[in-house]
Amino acid sequence: MQHSSSYEPKSSFARWWDDRLPIMRLMHGQFVDFPTPRNLNYLWTFGGILTFCLAAQILTGVVLAMHYQPSGADAFNSVEAIRRDVNYGWLLRNLHAVGASMFFIAVYVHIFRGLYYGSYKAPREVLWIVGVLIFLVMMATAFMGYALPWGQMSFWGVTVITNLFSSLNEIIPGVGTAVVEWLWGGYSVSGTTLNRFFALHYLLPFVLAGLVILHIWALHVAGQNNPTGLDIKTKSDSVPMYPYAVAKDTVGLFAFLILFAWFVFFLPDYLGHADNYTEANPLVTPPHIVPEWYFLPFYAILRAIPSKLGGVIAMFSAIAVLVFVPWLDTSRVRSAKYRPLYKWFFWLLVISSIGLGYLGAKPPEGAYVIWSRIFTFYYFAHFLLVMPILGIIETPKPLPKSISASVLPGGASAPQGAAAAPETR
Amino acid sequence: MTRAPMMRATIEASLAACALLLGAVAPAAAAEEGGHGVHIERQTWSFGGFTGQYDKAQLQRGFQIYQDNCSTCHSLKRVRFRNLVEPGGPEFPEESVKALAHGWANKIVDGPDDQGKMFDREPKLFDPILGPFKNEKEGRAAYGAAPPDLSLMAKARNVEYTGTWWWHPVSMARDIATSYQEGGADYLYALLTGYGEAPGDMKVAEGLHYNAAFPGHQIAMPPPLAADSFVKYQDKTGSLEQNARDIAAFLSWAADPSLNGRKSTGWLVMLYLLVTTALLYAGKRVLWSKIPH
Amino acid sequence: MASEAEEPNRRDFLVIAGNAFAAVGAAATLWPFVAQMNPDAGAQALASVEIDLSPVKEGQAITAMWRGKPIFIRNRTADEIKTAEAVDPKELPDPEARNDLLPETTPALDTNRVKEGKDNWLILIGICTHLGCIPKGQSMGDSRGDFGGWFCPCHGSHYDTSGRIRKGPAPRNLEVPPYEFVSDTKIKIG
Repeated sequence: MQHSSSYEPKSSFARWWDDRLPIMRLMHGQFVDFPTPRNLNYLWTFGGILTFCLAAQILTGVVLAMHYQPSGADAFNSVEAIRRDVNYGWLLRNLHAVGASMFFIAVYVHIFRGLYYGSYKAPREVLWIVGVLIFLVMMATAFMGYALPWGQMSFWGVTVITNLFSSLNEIIPGVGTAVVEWLWGGYSVSGTTLNRFFALHYLLPFVLAGLVILHIWALHVAGQNNPTGLDIKTKSDSVPMYPYAVAKDTVGLFAFLILFAWFVFFLPDYLGHADNYTEANPLVTPPHIVPEWYFLPFYAILRAIPSKLGGVIAMFSAIAVLVFVPWLDTSRVRSAKYRPLYKWFFWLLVISSIGLGYLGAKPPEGAYVIWSRIFTFYYFAHFLLVMPILGIIETPKPLPKSISASVLPGGASAPQGAAAAPETR
Repeated sequence: MTRAPMMRATIEASLAACALLLGAVAPAAAAEEGGHGVHIERQTWSFGGFTGQYDKAQLQRGFQIYQDNCSTCHSLKRVRFRNLVEPGGPEFPEESVKALAHGWANKIVDGPDDQGKMFDREPKLFDPILGPFKNEKEGRAAYGAAPPDLSLMAKARNVEYTGTWWWHPVSMARDIATSYQEGGADYLYALLTGYGEAPGDMKVAEGLHYNAAFPGHQIAMPPPLAADSFVKYQDKTGSLEQNARDIAAFLSWAADPSLNGRKSTGWLVMLYLLVTTALLYAGKRVLWSKIPH
Repeated sequence: MASEAEEPNRRDFLVIAGNAFAAVGAAATLWPFVAQMNPDAGAQALASVEIDLSPVKEGQAITAMWRGKPIFIRNRTADEIKTAEAVDPKELPDPEARNDLLPETTPALDTNRVKEGKDNWLILIGICTHLGCIPKGQSMGDSRGDFGGWFCPCHGSHYDTSGRIRKGPAPRNLEVPPYEFVSDTKIKIG
């Protein structure tokens, strides 16, 4: 860690503990007097929100697991028993199902914040890559979690997505089928598949927790980024995390909880599919198989490419390309706030992503396919063309002298401070 | 001020992103054959919106329709007789339901007895409300198409958006703001009132019936209710339209018995969250006002 | 700043109030997580059971289930009742009635272990109070122990015709569950 703790044990017990396991020292140094940029906006509260989401999903998941039966015959019935008979079962189930969607809303805001402000640029490359890994594990966990109620959409979603691996047959004959049967544990999706998905779904969130610890560790080595993209240089650039950033994080969290509660109590099934209230039937395919909304952009990319293997490669590449972003972006300036040209392209990326999400739910025909291809093209062009090229040719706006200069009236708070930097409000 | 417009902009952007990302959810169950969905009218329900609660009397009438009309073919196996007594539902008196259960035509298989044989017994309060068929195949053998269990029908069906793509996000935002979750009930009402003569050019297959609301418009179930054949209530009122409304409401309860408690708790939670967020925000402002920022 | 002096009160109040509200919410949120482990509605529905006694003839016994436990139901003969009533509770290893509907200190008189006017019906929880085995005595060929009631084969506890422990390691009389006659031939337990 770069920041060393100014912790002073206050009691003899505290001193005894500090000599043996300096957790309080660590917590104090990292979360109490840790210097946080003073100009962070509410987009920076999403890290705390995401940590809350993970904890909430684990907590609700464990109590649900006390009642859930992961067998093909009993899964659907056990979820109904949870909804009807278990004390507060309806609430726990809604919290967990809606919580997954909330987790993804927060993670997308968090990722786009990072893209906009250049939070992936040196020295935060590893932080960013660990983040991509977290995103991947989140998607795997959510995919398997959605299988667990064993409704029609659960079953057929698993069938479609696991079947994608059979495209490996086009590379090495037989490998694809072998992989798919290995995943299934049989010759088709069945209760065997469900059981192993449950085991993995229970495991992965703890892997996620470990990755999150690495993520926060890497963050604390470099310190947080901020809207100007400038580093903390003087004391006046930062505020101690507690109470200032913690207070802001709490406000952000509670505002987020309002949205969360809105869905949990009044729209619990809005983000899901009616078809998942029908028991899984291997002999009846639903008319439209659609993944959960947070997978739709990737689903659209998958279907935009006419070849099966091509679609699979494109879909995984859409995530893989994120890993290389710290090196793809050649801009000397971190924050898009000072990159007038890049800003437009950023919002084009946002529109493309949202557009792909919308199209992922539509049948793959006509204008929908054409637009999916256009947006898919832009998605990859943004990372592979816009980022490298624009960074070199763009002239950024002048940066403020310092973080303090950008937010404090009259520049830095030091009396003999530099001349007031241009206000960048 | 740097912060306030930035904050509002980020909140708006986040919300817009959320609304549009969420908007990609396509209620898929009421499928579109050939690319355009069936337009289903929205009805008013006592349990809709964020102050919605079930109407006990309506649920009781709805159960009567289920018992007199639907139970001939359809089970309600995820609902137990005791649920008809418990708060938040039709709230029938316990003794009546006990007698109803005892006299229910479809018995519970129990056993093995001391001779090792399975036997049928009368349902008790804790038993499920079974239909006439032991399993799906038996139903299909009797009718050609298996009459599905109705316990979750109101949640397993939904209303699909049938407008233009650019109005879709607005429609979704409106549904979220008004907490619209009654697509199942709307669909069931439309289905039950949707039987009639097929339009001129449509050929209805043998054994099927025309229905305006059913995806594909040809349904195996014969009209359970008609203008001249409906369930009369105890006070002698009743009509096809009233029946359809009441049974849709009853089935909504059957699929979601916790609604009353869920929405009333929801109010308290939302109130609490709004107050606490406001307090925390004010506290944050005061805290930060102490330092230059 | 001049207002610094009054400000701490307002700031402290807001900060404290906000934190207090947040804490209360957190505590209230915890309750469903604890409550979900309690018996659910299905288990609670089975918490009472009604048993028809008419098939049980004099001298016969049946075993029913209640809350997962075996229930011994014996239709006692006049002799069995007389033997049971002749015992002085003070001479028993366990002098207390162990009837769930009566206070703890009620003496183990046979009349305290049955219902008035229905003293031929003995209803007991069929779990040995020693280490939880199910005593023998319900079936026709079973040993009934030295006192004509039940005999636990695990460690040799003998119960009498009122289900009271007489000999052996069991510390307490067999428990009488909470039950009522809902008709002359039907009881409801729980």
